[in-house]
Amino acid sequence: MSPPQASARLAMPVVPSDPDVRDPQLVPGQKAVIRNVDFFYDTFRALKNISLPLHDKRVTAFIGPSGCGKSTLLRILNRIYELYPGQRATGEVLVDGENILAPGLDLNLLRAKIGMVFQKPTPFPMSIYDNIAFGIRLYERLTRPELDDRIEAALRRAALWDEVKDKLRQSGLGLSGGQQQRLCIARAVAVEPEILLLDEPASALDPLSTQRIEELIAELKDDYCIAIVTHNMQQAARSSDYTAFMYLGELIEFDETERIFTHPKQKQTEDYITGRFG
Amino acid sequence: MSIYTRRRIANGVVMSLSVAATAFGLLWLVLVLWTLLENGIAAITPALFSQMTPPPGSAGGLLNAIFGSVVMTLIATLVGTPTGILAGTFLAEYSRGSRFGEVVRFINDILLSAPSIIVGLFVYELMVVRMGHFSAWAGSMALAIIVIPVVVRTTEDMLNLVPNALREAAAALGSPKWKVIVMVSYRAAIQGMVTGVMLAVARIAGETAPLLFTALNNQFWSTNLDAPMANLPVVIFQFAMSPYADWQVLAWGGALLITLTVLCLNIGARALASWSTFKQ
Repeated sequence: MSPPQASARLAMPVVPSDPDVRDPQLVPGQKAVIRNVDFFYDTFRALKNISLPLHDKRVTAFIGPSGCGKSTLLRILNRIYELYPGQRATGEVLVDGENILAPGLDLNLLRAKIGMVFQKPTPFPMSIYDNIAFGIRLYERLTRPELDDRIEAALRRAALWDEVKDKLRQSGLGLSGGQQQRLCIARAVAVEPEILLLDEPASALDPLSTQRIEELIAELKDDYCIAIVTHNMQQAARSSDYTAFMYLGELIEFDETERIFTHPKQKQTEDYITGRFG
Repeated sequence: MSIYTRRRIANGVVMSLSVAATAFGLLWLVLVLWTLLENGIAAITPALFSQMTPPPGSAGGLLNAIFGSVVMTLIATLVGTPTGILAGTFLAEYSRGSRFGEVVRFINDILLSAPSIIVGLFVYELMVVRMGHFSAWAGSMALAIIVIPVVVRTTEDMLNLVPNALREAAAALGSPKWKVIVMVSYRAAIQGMVTGVMLAVARIAGETAPLLFTALNNQFWSTNLDAPMANLPVVIFQFAMSPYADWQVLAWGGALLITLTVLCLNIGARALASWSTFKQ
């Protein structure tokens, strides 16, 4: 499929030439730095020497064909992969200068700091109110009015308040798909994380709900460092500041979104974003 | 003959056989229920619920046996349910894919299909022989041993139906594992788990063999768990085998009572299960 010179280019370490990434110290504006990360499903090497930064108060999009490892990379950032035996990551992920892949790290505290929203809406089988209170109650003892305020604020952030304010006691399962996903976003922001990981948050939703989620991302960006995996290139172009293109477990190119979509350095990136493969 | 005609004939033949087989199976069920109703309805009187089992030739009821059955079923459920739920939780949430989990699951399946008389003999050796006498405690333990594998199995099955995405979502909020299980997995699986417990209760409500070797029987009112205790299955067994007509009537009454109770529990379990699927 690809000519020999293309695969030779593939093997070239594109990103480490970026001085920001080579520097182990935290560069101002970078919330997290992923350095030389490999990932294994048992013996299968799903990620190969990935290095890139995540900027604070910016959106970084991960694009690439199915199976390229973009979701896997996201799942490393809160170590959610550790729920499953046989999955492991090597390398370093520095968040505020601390390596979160280090052994002995408290995973629950890490995950409270790094929120995640999944592809399929996952409301818990409890009321809308309790869905959001669940995360808050894990680490904070609040009085009832304080909790009420937090829940209202979270629902407002997720642009869901007006739709659910009269039925907070009803089951979260009764909401539409788009509402459920916004409930999940509200739940994630309610615990006030510092980084928000979005794993194809709109891919199971209708166009209108997708648009609302994208507007939401644009608003949330002011407060969080956001990493989003998406299959939808228009979405990446519209809502992200930086874009990483991945292919077969490798990071092919990482740059500002505008550059990636107008002047990609790699031919493979260009082929993908122009729809020639993938 | 065209393919279509042949297909229609084959369909007709299989359909008739299936309907006949269903009717054959249901026939016996209907006959059992009808016989029970016909013979037992006369014994369902206020005296059945207010008087003790009588000596032959005098009037009486089944109060002590009903009480004994309720008490021993209750204790067995109280012991068997938490044990079964914890073990089922271990299998579904902690030992997925592990060798040890496989072994536990296999042994539990054997226990699930073990004849109840074996359970009775086991508890007889373990408790009755050592204590030197039959007791309601021994009866309750025998019934609990029957409850446990049923609850283990249903709990595990129901927890396995909870999507992993839900566990991931809870863990991603920083929730420790036990809280994910208690607050999310259990909540998602609760109806199925309750159904499993109700089915286990229905199963032990009519068990005779384990009680014959453990609680035995008691002609009198007794609330002493350390002594033999009357219970419906053994009383039915004893009275039905006797030559006395009034005892036989009481046996019919007891049999009808157990059957109706089990029927109600099963209907309750089904209603609960369908309600939960409807909700999701």
